[in-house]
Amino acid sequence: MAENMTMTTNLTASERDAEVARILAAHATREGALLPILHDIQAVLGHVPEAVIPAIAHALNVSRAEVHGVISFYHDFHVEPHTRPVIKLCRSESCQARGVEVLARAFEGETRVSIEPIYCLGLCTVGPNAMVGNTLHARLDTAKLSALVESVA
Amino acid sequence: MTVKVRISDDALAIACGADHVAAAFAAAGCTVERVSSWGMQWLEPLADIDGQGFGPLTVADVPAVLAGNSPLAIGAIEHHPFIARQQRFTFARAGKTRPLSLDDYAANGGWAGLARARELGAEATIAEVTQSGLRGRGGAGFPAGIKWTTVARAPADRKYIVCNADEGDSATFADRMVMEGDPFMLIEGMAIAGHAVGAQVGYVYIRSEYPHAIAKMEAAAALSAAIIAPFRVEVRVGAGAYVCGEETSLLNSLEGKRGEVRAKPPLPALEGLFGKPTVVNNVLTLAAVPWIMAHGGAAYAAVGFGRSRGTMPIQIAGNVRHGGLFEVGFGITLGELVMEIGGGTASGRPVHAVQVGGPLGAYHPPSDFHLAFDYETFAAADGLIGHAGLSVFDDTADMSALARFAMSFCAVESCGKCTPCRIGSTRGVEVIDRIRARSGRTVDRVETLPQMHNARKAARTLGEDIALLEDLCETMKFGSLCALGGFTPYPVLSAIKHFPQDFGLAAPEQEAAE
Repeated sequence: MAENMTMTTNLTASERDAEVARILAAHATREGALLPILHDIQAVLGHVPEAVIPAIAHALNVSRAEVHGVISFYHDFHVEPHTRPVIKLCRSESCQARGVEVLARAFEGETRVSIEPIYCLGLCTVGPNAMVGNTLHARLDTAKLSALVESVA
Repeated sequence: MTVKVRISDDALAIACGADHVAAAFAAAGCTVERVSSWGMQWLEPLADIDGQGFGPLTVADVPAVLAGNSPLAIGAIEHHPFIARQQRFTFARAGKTRPLSLDDYAANGGWAGLARARELGAEATIAEVTQSGLRGRGGAGFPAGIKWTTVARAPADRKYIVCNADEGDSATFADRMVMEGDPFMLIEGMAIAGHAVGAQVGYVYIRSEYPHAIAKMEAAAALSAAIIAPFRVEVRVGAGAYVCGEETSLLNSLEGKRGEVRAKPPLPALEGLFGKPTVVNNVLTLAAVPWIMAHGGAAYAAVGFGRSRGTMPIQIAGNVRHGGLFEVGFGITLGELVMEIGGGTASGRPVHAVQVGGPLGAYHPPSDFHLAFDYETFAAADGLIGHAGLSVFDDTADMSALARFAMSFCAVESCGKCTPCRIGSTRGVEVIDRIRARSGRTVDRVETLPQMHNARKAARTLGEDIALLEDLCETMKFGSLCALGGFTPYPVLSAIKHFPQDFGLAAPEQEAAE
């Protein structure tokens, strides 16, 4: 699930470790728990810091390399915090058919926010579409995307 | 007496401003009920007042709607041609019920299928599903009854039902609409499957790009826990990997691993999740089951075309005037879907191509509009119906750019396990780039070395690059482990075949006008 930007807090290392321990305990009896754990950690910390990988590996009795392998496989997880607000703009075929490529080119120079590609939000009749956090935006044109950039920048 | 207004709380309606419109109706003194979506997405946000429709609405349109002089009135929703032409089995409740209301669900035929399955017993339930002719709606079209039989007969201490809700294909949203609009139907379908094969637990694997569907399914699983007990449904969330829509990759992801594809055999039906016999079915497959159990397999099989029985929720999307969800028996033609029901392009320009079946589906020119919507017919025309999503393009589309996109998408999303997909997609992008630049390929310095006996010494021409691309597609198609690498050639080859002028080749001979 897309992380909530506002929850990226400046926890101390011990507070962070306590959060991670709490999440690991909550998933202790769940089978195949690694993805739910990573989602929860990223929801609280904003990212999955390298420093918490050993604790996850220990709790699941897998190697650190395996945990790292999973984090790096999935587009959603990242080990560094985002430095700018993220707008995920759908670049799939249906949004292309509705002009997202022209729209994306118009915002290539935008430096205050990071406009990242996402492949399909399931709103394929009302594109171009974007997602910020868990909020969806449809029927985007230059004016609407500008307004969206202003609202998150 | 207050006016009762029904507005969808589906993700698409909300993205189009439904929450604001609902708030405006509430502020004007109306009773607002949030229901599922009718699927007429070009009209969202759509307000339903005593069966009369108004849309697409903005907050500013609300006073005129209440005054009875809105130009956005569409008349009785049930009689709208887009709805009236459909045969809604899976989406029978769409637009009519509150998604998370157990009362609404039970009052509109809900749980009847599960009750009948429990009455009939496991074997007769599977027989009913087999008789219905239901085939996997995820794209492969494998008969559901056969899969269930395999799992039911496999001896094991634990078995699983896995619902594949990783609906990553562009132009598909039927799974999302089921989960957001009628989540109990999916849970009922999973409970019936669990009852039939002897599974105790069901997982719904939903992609992270669907936050609304995740929330609705989690709530629905909690609300219905007592009804489906001892069966249990748990929601799991994906993490942005398209390939996890492939069933074995999905199973690895559920186990907490990298979403790499597994070699088959062993079939997931015998060794699936955690090595146990597992039914992996798409949302639409499982969602069709309650109807089949309630009305009988024969009633479902009575609709359809050839070996494709029952109805298909078809998703008409992209650059189309009347986009949305259209559920109908198999056999309708592509032209009817795009031109009559979809109304042609939204831009008003001529239809140039229609991609059927998502990013791995072929591009069809208007000369293919006679094709009947059926698994076998599309396969015979070098295409596939996949998850039944149509993406319509007008004549501004550059088909070589779309072919390049198909290869680059495969490169981004490849799990990396097999070489044709992992490397072939990247080489495909490079070849298409050269074709688009009309540059051919010059010989590099290493190739000119005297010891490079077998290296080619002459530059490659455009025609040779096209032949190379076709050869690469052949390798990917037959050498890849799963459908990602195996089907990426469909959009590429169909674009070359039907739109050669976009690759710098001679235009095809004019095909007979439709």
